[in-house]
Amino acid sequence: MSLALECLTILAVSAGAVFFLAGTVGLLRFPDSLSRLHALTKADNLGLGLVVLGLLPRAEGPFGALKLIAVWLLTLLAGATVTQLIARTARRGAPRA
Amino acid sequence: MTIALAFDTGLAVLVLAVASWTIAARETFAAAIGFVAYGLLLALVWVRLAAPDVALTEAAIGSGVTGGLLLGACTRLRSSEAPAAAEKPGAALRLAAAAVCALVSAGLAAVVLLLPDPAPTLAPQAVASIAATGLGNPVTAVLMAYRAIDTLLETVVLLLALVGIWSLAPDRFWGGYPGLRQRGDRDGVLAFLAQLLVPVGILVGIHIFWVGSVAPGGEFQGATILAAMWILAMMSGLLDSPAMSRRWLRLSLVAGPTVFLAIGLAGFAMAGAFLAYPPAYAKLLILTIEVPLTLSIAATLALLVAGPPERTPQQ
Repeated sequence: MSLALECLTILAVSAGAVFFLAGTVGLLRFPDSLSRLHALTKADNLGLGLVVLGLLPRAEGPFGALKLIAVWLLTLLAGATVTQLIARTARRGAPRA
Repeated sequence: MTIALAFDTGLAVLVLAVASWTIAARETFAAAIGFVAYGLLLALVWVRLAAPDVALTEAAIGSGVTGGLLLGACTRLRSSEAPAAAEKPGAALRLAAAAVCALVSAGLAAVVLLLPDPAPTLAPQAVASIAATGLGNPVTAVLMAYRAIDTLLETVVLLLALVGIWSLAPDRFWGGYPGLRQRGDRDGVLAFLAQLLVPVGILVGIHIFWVGSVAPGGEFQGATILAAMWILAMMSGLLDSPAMSRRWLRLSLVAGPTVFLAIGLAGFAMAGAFLAYPPAYAKLLILTIEVPLTLSIAATLALLVAGPPERTPQQ
């Protein structure tokens, strides 16, 4: 049982790290602001989600696990909102990069 | 062990790189963003040094509030940035500045390198007498009991900073509303975020403040989160910023330091010294100070970010 949980931790955190890496590469390599934001949100949403999923079995009790999930949900909320705001500013004709 | 070492080395290199980049950045806005990233990385460094209390404070105040203040300053300076950049200081002045900076850095490095090993510490004494304070977190014990005078002076300094910002107001705006009126879209994304996040954030802020007595956290970190929630509500247009002449506003600003000072003076009668607590009531008195103090710090930080009054009182 604990071996299976260890495997879940390793797999999920690694997969999360891959998403963070891919998001960072996208942020650096994509041609325009909107695509770059798109890449960045993948890192936030899926990457952090997978890292949190992987850390859940190692959380200190149910409250620790709830805190981890709350961190992910708050990041989702803040990330989605800030992305919307940046995208709106970018579309309004701020200098295109 | 080697993975931890590799992580620490990478973190140290990254902190130094971001710090150098922040100094080298020509644009004020870019430098402010660099400073925020630097503060967040520094918070990670404090976590690695097993100082979560300092990490929380660095992330909240060092990176968050200071970053917000710097970004506000950037916006105000934007119109004068180009002329200011054109005025290059002379070579002698720049050399002198570089020399003084190098001297200070070398002095700090020498002090750190010359520290005796193991470094002198008061940590055992802090833990040994923590029972007398009724607290469980030695950092909070230092802030609220052993070195309470420092905390008292810090809160007064915050208040003085706000008085300084307010005194930048032109006469006709005195007593008016800070910042431009936010005409945010009430059905917009930011209003949605404010409606969803502010209640949660207030709970988190109170929680961080409350667990400060036994775990990492405390009034400064909790107050910063409360201040951020107030700023978010003001930015989204859901709440107008308060006029600085409001009696409740001024009362909430001075409530914390006043209660702190009053209990400190009462220490003469109760325990024979300024800011001394009788052991039986230590925890109760510390809480009595901390609750209004948290509210005052939150209000002060939010108004620091909001800036000087820019609209007349009647408007």
